[in-house]
Amino acid sequence: MHKIGLRIIAIGYLVAILIAPLGYVYYETFAHDAWSAWHALTDPNTIHAFKITLIAVLIAVPLNTVFGVACGLAIVRRRFPGKGILNAFVDLPLALSPVVVGFSLYLLYGRNGWFGHFLFAHGIQVLFATPSIVLATTFVSVPFVAREVIPTLREVGDEQEKAAHTLGASSWQAFWRITLPTIRWAVIYGVVLTTARCLGEYGAVAVVSGAIQGKTETATLRVQEEYENLNLPGAYGISLALAAIAVLVLILMTRLRPKEGAHA
Amino acid sequence: MSISVRNVSKRYGDFVALGDVSVEVAQGSLTALLGPSGSGKSTLLRVIAGLETPDSGSVFIGDKNVTGQPPQQREVGFVFQHYAAFKHMTVHDNVAFGLRIRKRSKAEIKDRVAELLELVQLNGLAHRYPSQLSGGQRQRMGLARALAVDPSVLLLDEPFGALDARVRTELRAWLRRLHDETHTTTVIVTHDQEEAMEVADEVVVMHRGNIEQVAGPRDLYEHPANEFVMSFVGQVNRLGDTFVRPHDLELTLEPNGTTQEAIIERIVHLGFDVRVELVRDDGEKLSVQLTRDEAERLELENGQIVFVKPTRQTTFAAGA
Repeated sequence: MHKIGLRIIAIGYLVAILIAPLGYVYYETFAHDAWSAWHALTDPNTIHAFKITLIAVLIAVPLNTVFGVACGLAIVRRRFPGKGILNAFVDLPLALSPVVVGFSLYLLYGRNGWFGHFLFAHGIQVLFATPSIVLATTFVSVPFVAREVIPTLREVGDEQEKAAHTLGASSWQAFWRITLPTIRWAVIYGVVLTTARCLGEYGAVAVVSGAIQGKTETATLRVQEEYENLNLPGAYGISLALAAIAVLVLILMTRLRPKEGAHA
Repeated sequence: MSISVRNVSKRYGDFVALGDVSVEVAQGSLTALLGPSGSGKSTLLRVIAGLETPDSGSVFIGDKNVTGQPPQQREVGFVFQHYAAFKHMTVHDNVAFGLRIRKRSKAEIKDRVAELLELVQLNGLAHRYPSQLSGGQRQRMGLARALAVDPSVLLLDEPFGALDARVRTELRAWLRRLHDETHTTTVIVTHDQEEAMEVADEVVVMHRGNIEQVAGPRDLYEHPANEFVMSFVGQVNRLGDTFVRPHDLELTLEPNGTTQEAIIERIVHLGFDVRVELVRDDGEKLSVQLTRDEAERLELENGQIVFVKPTRQTTFAAGA
């Protein structure tokens, strides 16, 4: 009785909060106007928007993966002044509203900003161009790999690495052969979460990109565009494509994940 | 190869882990570093391996000053208390690790690993993962892994500490046999005096970051350098300024002038031994060890009045 009650609450909550809205998007797309949705999806501007999103993902995810692992190792394995501050700052993008992130980038890279002033003088356009989208996406997706890796590194300790050293391994060899295989699931989860966050980023990108159709529009901005143009089936279609990618990534993660309690 | 530790000190903040320690380990010997927790024995072993950097002093392995060298250049084999097994690798790959780092040929690795698994009696388990092994098997794997690269010295940090009593006894005897075959200079850290006495040629007793005594097991027991060593290696009764082992006390039912009176508080049967706990009239407690036959002959009972006399006792100079 007690268990059934808990299950109903859990499933009911998920249905109300998650499944109903997603299901409704699916329903609206296919039940009413699948053709308009398809049309919106194959629009050159939409395809371009997905390309921009892809570029942002392909740059931000590897960058934040390398940074996340390095940062995790530094925080867990090393002692240095300012470690506490680094640890706190990694979480900053989680606490900060993306709009605030976008606005601060806007100020920094704007014509009178510290960096913007210099870059303008050298003819480099950051704001309202792809670089700003990449920067904003990278900023908001910083914490995920580090947050996954840090507890795992703490839990496994450094004895295996020390053992590797006594057996002749250099720090680099110990990292590739021992540390990385040991934390690989944490890294993979981190990468999945980072990818999902990059795909879905809206607020910061909206501020810095200018949302110029066919130029600086990402997939999420494209949804907003279609919505404002009252092309609701189009907005549904693109939303559905984004949701499908997210679900695919999640399924991939569950398939890859080792069975609980299994070895290795 | 021999090991020479010269004037090594190490602090962690205010805590002195090692205070100016010097010790020589002879080539081919099996030496135990014995002491209570916090005595600095593990720190000393890790300094020898290069896993800890001393604040001052130097370490020689053979003729070579290795003080500034990282562990990967020292050619030591290290066995960890909690195994430090590479969890994502099979037993075979664990043992092969050092050989792969040294880029040995596939054929050579295959032969050497098979030979080592045979030596530690793990042949047949080569394709298991560490999580599928018992504690004793994991530690034997740890030993095989350390021995694979023919280390110049073998260092073991409480290697049997996490195992149950029976497995511990087995592995101890096995380690001693292994050493008798290979003659690799070996240093084992332990807090168990019985383990140190049983396995080692030479025992280094440590206490609060210093070395109290270096001696063979028998010498250590019979001629302890001070009160700490005497009470750490075996049981001891204190009678004023003198110290007496429980088996060096004689029990009689009648006084004979030199004996002291005491009351039996508890009789503990330990198989071959019987431990009799006594209280003297001044409240001082004594522990006497008798054989089962002696105890039976005396027909001892709780609450009985008996008379004790030391047959052998030790006195240390004041301040020792």
